[in-house]
Amino acid sequence: MRTQYDSLIVLLGARFLSPYIMMFGLYVIFHGHHSPGGGFQGGTLLAASVLLVRVAGGRLVARRQIKEFITTPLAAVGVVIYFATGMTALVAGGSFLDYGHLPFPGINPVLLRYYGILSIEIGVGLAVMSILIMIFDNMAKGEDFV
Amino acid sequence: MKTIKMLILILFFSVLAYGTVDLPYRGDPDNLMNRETSITGTPVAGNYYIRKAYEDAGTINMVTVVLADYRGVDTLGEQVVIYSAGLITVLILRRNRRR
Amino acid sequence: MCDFFLGHYSYWLTMFLLCIGLYGVLMKKNLVKKTIGLTILQSSIILFYVSIAAKWDATVPISDPSRPVTDASNYLNPLPHTLMLTAIVVGVATLGVAFALLMAIFNRYQSLDEQEILDMIE
Repeated sequence: MRTQYDSLIVLLGARFLSPYIMMFGLYVIFHGHHSPGGGFQGGTLLAASVLLVRVAGGRLVARRQIKEFITTPLAAVGVVIYFATGMTALVAGGSFLDYGHLPFPGINPVLLRYYGILSIEIGVGLAVMSILIMIFDNMAKGEDFV
Repeated sequence: MKTIKMLILILFFSVLAYGTVDLPYRGDPDNLMNRETSITGTPVAGNYYIRKAYEDAGTINMVTVVLADYRGVDTLGEQVVIYSAGLITVLILRRNRRR
Repeated sequence: MCDFFLGHYSYWLTMFLLCIGLYGVLMKKNLVKKTIGLTILQSSIILFYVSIAAKWDATVPISDPSRPVTDASNYLNPLPHTLMLTAIVVGVATLGVAFALLMAIFNRYQSLDEQEILDMIE
């Protein structure tokens, strides 16, 4: 997993397919309200598009797509987005994770719940993607013998 | 030793198959699970979520509403579980490189 | 008799899959094969929960204008699907931790056979 695969066709195919899978993953996250999908499914598809280039190309090629030190803070940012919408609802007068009391003026409570669910799904997708990439990176790094 | 293990496995499968004789038919809309009120008078969860999901959240996908709105605290707990699993793989595989 | 078989065959198939996973955990000597047996056992439990949420003549839980929402026997029960979404993702994370532990064991003992590792510990 650390060196490049020997054939050139494998690397070319992975580089060609990866942006389309990433676009489909974003589509699945944002259409979670109208069709089957949501945060977890879209996050897994985004992680699959990054892992394809990592398996086919080795570490030196794949560092240009997403660097390795950036996945750990990104996972924490995903969990913090989820927690922040809950705390905003608590501070603004309702109970924890009650999206009807979010402090945006002039929108009725049904549409406030719609946007609260959307922000939660974005946080979940970001966290799942970066944690799956983080697990693969650490397993590929730690495979040397004592 | 291997024959004892195979016998235990076959015994386990027969005990499980005997235990499913009393379960209700799969898909019956008059289950105890699919009714409107339970036997003590409280409302049953699945039926309430089907009837009230669109007028509470404006979303036509009922599974997303249940996951993020009615059961939001479970999803938060799951985020913490996944994040800690990612941190565990960082911490286990780090000791071998520093020797 | 035919009604009884058609109503219960899904439970028996799910338990057969559970016994296949349990066979892998009990009978195999390699540690990786035991982990794969645990994964098969987990998949059978998820399949059991998802299969009991079905109803006769019902559609997926996305509301359709031609079938009114007030009659709840038009749609499947959405609650087991939601709980199993959480269970699947937690299972994937636990599998990642299990393989990290297996790599640490191999780096320490140079073997993945359970009898050799037990002999080396004592």
